[in-house]
Amino acid sequence: MAGIVGYGAHLPRHRIKVEEIAKVWGADAPSYKKGLMLREKSVPPPDMDTITLSVEATKNALKRSGGIDPADIGAVYIGSESHPYAVKPSGTTVAEAIGATPDIHCADFEFACKAGSEAMFVALSHVDAKAMPYALAIAADTSQGAPSDALEFSAAAGAAAFIMGSKNLIAEALYTHSYMTDMPDFWRREHRFYPMHGGRFTGEEAYFAHTKGASKAIMEKAGMKPADFKYAVFHQPNGKFPQKVAFDLGFTQQQIDPGWLSPTLGNTYSGASPIGLTATLDVAQPGDLILMCSYGSGAGSDSFVWKVTERINEVRDLAVRTRKLLEENLIYVDYGTYAKYRRKIKMND
Amino acid sequence: MAMFSSRIWREFPHRYRLEASKFKKSGKTYFPKRMVDPATGDTKQDTVVLPDAGKVVTYTVIRIAPEQWNDIAPYALAIAELTDGTRLMGQVVDCAVDDVKIGMEVRIEFRRIQSEGHGGVLSYGYKFVPKWY
Amino acid sequence: MREVCIVGVGMSQWGEVWRMSLRDLHTQAALRAIAAAGVDHLDSLYVGCMTGGLFVGQEHLASLLTDYMGMAGLPAVRVESACASGGMAVRQAFIDVGSGTSDIVMASGVEKMTDCSGGDATYALATAADQEYEVFNGATFPGLYAMMATAHMAKYGTTREMLSAVAVKNHHNGSMNPDAQYPFKVSAEQVAKSVMVADPLHILDCSPITDGAAAVIVTTVDIAKKLGKPYVKIIGSGAGTDTIQLAQRDDMTTIKAATIAADRAFKMAGKTIADVNLVEVHDCFTIAEIVVAESIGRYKPGKAGPAILAGETALDGKFPMNTSGGLKSKGHPVGATGVAQVIEIYKQLTGQAENGRQVAGSPKVGMTQNMGGSGGSSVVHIMEVA
Repeated sequence: MAGIVGYGAHLPRHRIKVEEIAKVWGADAPSYKKGLMLREKSVPPPDMDTITLSVEATKNALKRSGGIDPADIGAVYIGSESHPYAVKPSGTTVAEAIGATPDIHCADFEFACKAGSEAMFVALSHVDAKAMPYALAIAADTSQGAPSDALEFSAAAGAAAFIMGSKNLIAEALYTHSYMTDMPDFWRREHRFYPMHGGRFTGEEAYFAHTKGASKAIMEKAGMKPADFKYAVFHQPNGKFPQKVAFDLGFTQQQIDPGWLSPTLGNTYSGASPIGLTATLDVAQPGDLILMCSYGSGAGSDSFVWKVTERINEVRDLAVRTRKLLEENLIYVDYGTYAKYRRKIKMND
Repeated sequence: MAMFSSRIWREFPHRYRLEASKFKKSGKTYFPKRMVDPATGDTKQDTVVLPDAGKVVTYTVIRIAPEQWNDIAPYALAIAELTDGTRLMGQVVDCAVDDVKIGMEVRIEFRRIQSEGHGGVLSYGYKFVPKWY
Repeated sequence: MREVCIVGVGMSQWGEVWRMSLRDLHTQAALRAIAAAGVDHLDSLYVGCMTGGLFVGQEHLASLLTDYMGMAGLPAVRVESACASGGMAVRQAFIDVGSGTSDIVMASGVEKMTDCSGGDATYALATAADQEYEVFNGATFPGLYAMMATAHMAKYGTTREMLSAVAVKNHHNGSMNPDAQYPFKVSAEQVAKSVMVADPLHILDCSPITDGAAAVIVTTVDIAKKLGKPYVKIIGSGAGTDTIQLAQRDDMTTIKAATIAADRAFKMAGKTIADVNLVEVHDCFTIAEIVVAESIGRYKPGKAGPAILAGETALDGKFPMNTSGGLKSKGHPVGATGVAQVIEIYKQLTGQAENGRQVAGSPKVGMTQNMGGSGGSSVVHIMEVA
């Protein structure tokens, strides 16, 4: 089967702490931190958006790809819920920036936080179908959380890029599955700036039901159980949900640790489980099995079983590791700067 | 005056991919691309891609900024000399403005440069960031 | 080449002149120059203006301004080289008369900069830089000169005090200039404490936004003698250019265009910088005066700052610079500046500088240096008493 030939991530430098947001809205920071297992989140400055994060993540993926010519990439799909244009795919600019145009397929994907993982599935499928030697799937977001809403504490920014191919794999996709129903847990209408959601309704029947549905189905398909996996990466809208679903399914803290970034990254929406996957690959060993399961409101989950190959040892340090981007050289901002950067302040234009 | 689409589009090879002219007779590289080598008058060239790392050779901090840069003012603007000797001008971001110094090592990162208001075209290009990895 | 001279000069009001339009300002300066020269006709007009189009939506100044001078029919053309437009207009007039094509020519300059928002004015001025590779990335004019200052300070040890000394001297001179926009003194402390625009340049290191026009009558020495008015010969004219992008200059701490222009002017005049008694230079920013003083060869690289600080370029110093108050105190209506520089030298060489600003000792040879953008073009004139 097809798999990952190159992977990379990119994150902003800027961060804002939960306390800083809570202060402005009179919220109780400790209970948010405890309840959501969230300490701080990434903040994209005004010159970063889904397109720029995608370009940098893709450059890192190319660095790990063993010298792929970008012109051989047959498709570019970016999954996001914060594409800079409603009409004009983010993928066009990314493809142009990496020199992959003009012989390339492109369209933008949307499915809340699983748009990126859907793009990964489609990219794998193109390669499996022998339609092209390589396909590029990117999961990126700079999503907005409505001011004073619970989601404002977690809405963050980041990107992960995967070049899928059939040879020289870093990790093979052994199995894939998707579990999707019509579920109005979280949405954003056309022309609205902020999304809306059903509060506690986004838990049990939405995130948990679909994540469990896709995870159980793929393990059944694969004839595997949690203990067979070295690592697991779940969609991480906060620190708590991925930990809970992991434990509910029978996974351990040790298994989710390398990819469990949300406590200090926040929720990178489409980027969440894919970026978690890059951090996991950064530490994985040849032969390791990784379960990845995304969740996108609306709702659905894409699950993957990855098997890491020998090649991981050659490539992991050809580009910056995700944990380094997460933990080092950080710039903390106050709420005013955050609001200015995220264009939440009404300007005279 | 708004920047028209065609004007933005024409600069993509330079702004997105750092394409430059390397003239055959002199071997000199110029960015952005140009038709004539100022050193020799030669018009025969190859397209090359500039390296993405260099050092700051001079800089300033723009504190009174044009309106479109309000959201990031004050910002550092520098001329950096890349590892192949080519010089170009760009903002230095992801650090405090007071941290920018002559000799500072920088890397080029793809960033959004301008936006034609809320409804117009977005322009992308290069900025410098401190080289920390 | 015939011998060419300047025989009459005129300035409009300079400042934020709300009551006068672009055409009004030019007409006022033009009529004053014509009256001062005592000529009864002109053969052609060269008017320097950086961008009537971007500031007030007005191009085709050749037609507009000859019409409003009451001389529709007169051959005319607008000359543009960003902030060097005025000096280049003088050069065109010099060539027109010197070549024998015309006998009496007006060289003028005008800029109307306050009929638009500050943002629009900044945008218009920025068109003198590289739109796609400097301005696109966030460069402003103060920013470009600030980068030159940073480089000059790092290379030669030029200091904040030296920059401030330029502003202090120019305001001192400008306080005696009845045409100046800001005819008041400033202290070094005021300069250093004024709001920072682009490190290391503060607002008092920067020339202002100004409405204004200036005009001179250029003619042959024979005609000037017949008119019986004081006249000053233009004995040398030189121009030069350099890369538009600051990043592509060979050396960011010198202005090669000014060096080329000066060398060519001196060659034509048969003079050197040592023969020059005083100079009007293009101090769009304090650092520019320091860099130009070196670029025209008066001071070795890195030595202009200390000389200025020591008072060598004061009114009573060894080498007075910007006795008019410079762009800093007099103002900088872009297209008019180069012409106003020539007017100051005319006044100084004919002993007509007002209010105690006259350089003592009957100066014989004066020089003007005008430049565009961050030094992408420059024009120099050498003038001598008759």
